[in-house]
Amino acid sequence: MWNELFPNVVWDKIWAATMETLYMTAISVIATFVLGILLGLLLFLTSKGNIWENRFINGVIASFVNIFRSIPFIILIILLIPFTKLVVGTILGANAALPALIIGAAPFYARMVEIALREIDKGVIEAAKAMGATTSTIIWKVLLPEALPALVSGITVTAIALVGYTAMAGVVGAGGLGNLAYLEGFQRNNNDVTFVATVLILIIVFIIQFIGDFVTSKIDKR
Amino acid sequence: MITLSNVTKVYKAASGNVTAVDHVNLHIEQGEIFGIIGYSGAGKSSLIRLLNGLEKPTSGEVIVDGKDMGKISGKQLRQARQQIGMIFQHFNLLWSRTVRENIAFPLEIAGVQKEERMKRVDELIQLVGLQGRENAYPSQLSGGQKQRVGIARALANNPKVLLCDEATSALDPQTTDSILDLLVDINKRLGLTIVLITHEMHVIRKICDRVAVMENGKIVEMGEVLHVFRKPEQPITKRFVQQVTEPEETKEAMLHLLERYPNGQVVQLTFVGEAAEQPLITQLIRQFDLYVNILQGKISQTHHGSYGVLFIHLDGANEEIERALAFIRQQEVEVEVLANVE
Repeated sequence: MWNELFPNVVWDKIWAATMETLYMTAISVIATFVLGILLGLLLFLTSKGNIWENRFINGVIASFVNIFRSIPFIILIILLIPFTKLVVGTILGANAALPALIIGAAPFYARMVEIALREIDKGVIEAAKAMGATTSTIIWKVLLPEALPALVSGITVTAIALVGYTAMAGVVGAGGLGNLAYLEGFQRNNNDVTFVATVLILIIVFIIQFIGDFVTSKIDKR
Repeated sequence: MITLSNVTKVYKAASGNVTAVDHVNLHIEQGEIFGIIGYSGAGKSSLIRLLNGLEKPTSGEVIVDGKDMGKISGKQLRQARQQIGMIFQHFNLLWSRTVRENIAFPLEIAGVQKEERMKRVDELIQLVGLQGRENAYPSQLSGGQKQRVGIARALANNPKVLLCDEATSALDPQTTDSILDLLVDINKRLGLTIVLITHEMHVIRKICDRVAVMENGKIVEMGEVLHVFRKPEQPITKRFVQQVTEPEETKEAMLHLLERYPNGQVVQLTFVGEAAEQPLITQLIRQFDLYVNILQGKISQTHHGSYGVLFIHLDGANEEIERALAFIRQQEVEVEVLANVE
């Protein structure tokens, strides 16, 4: 019955493409999470009235974040081709998509991290200082735990955006479901392949959203 | 324990400099409960933050337990802060931690081993009366319970000084009283020096040994609470004292009475300590040919004795009234004749 409904779908290829999409998403989400928190923390800590208040550093990071957040992703991939070739050694395949995915998503997530940190009650930070906490204690034991629900819901949104980015990267040769839908589905006019690829991407997005919501509700004690 | 000499704190703002603390001199003894009262914007929050180095003085010296809080920084400052607990109006607990974990936080900062930490947390939970709520999160607690966690947390590292930043201002009257009782209990049991800032004279009356009144960054009046209650000098101090001695409607009622009794005198009597317990009115009626009409009265309990205010109306011959007033003055009772305002 499956073969009648989807005559052009090769299930092995679908499986391989799904794995590629999951691989690209997983690695880029992890890297974005780390890099975004780092940048977001720096943005927050160097902003006015905070521990490392520094207008210059804050300005530099803010412009970096704003520039990379504004470049459309499909253009970013092309701009980063020399960089990708240098780092990964090739511009084809799932690994070649990673630099662009991470550089495209980390600044976006960094802003969310900064907003999450700004939501923390200033009084709590003051209380920690009054107890004699070091800056690293404040970061690890106050800022990150207190902002955790917002950090998790932020990475959920970013992960879903990244699934979309992997599909775009697929069009320019990165593999995955986007690549499959474009090459096998669109260019050969096999609508059933495009349909299956779309459904799989939707399923991945729903699963990410479900996990994100579940974790957020578990850790939010407010 | 705490000495401030000539301390000034100026904030630079776009609209010009703001002097929050203006040449303040202050000495607070070990084991004392010292209150600083003032309206919002008087500079009292800046003042209390100078004591643990959250703010640095623009000029002057802040010495707490022998350390110059304006000068030290880095590790020295952090270690000094571990000896100074602080509680806040909005509690400032970590919502992501349970009661137990919140109280353990300053111990983690001080590097106390886990086993000892747990032991100390249990002691503190006993001390502030939070048994059974150890594993609750702050969002599951009432305001009073949250402040108890705040107090336990502030006491975790056995500090020598406890700073209270409007600690009861967000609480209802009953809860306020129970938190104040707890503070007095801790002060007695641990010999802790407590500095508190507030805008409620009720708090000062109930637990403080001495009080300083702040206005526009300056300390305008300072002294033993009972003394300040008996003889407030500055207009602002009088207003604060009235907060607890005179109900709101007193003034209105007095005007009404002055109108209704054009004959005789309306007199305000102020009793302090033992005088408050003498049968003065009975003596007045027996010894003088007067009609004595009690209009209004109130006795307040301070940390060091009671303090009462009584409004009476005396009617009779003028000479007789004068003699009666002279008699009252001999009894260590303050007398103020209220003139007919209109």
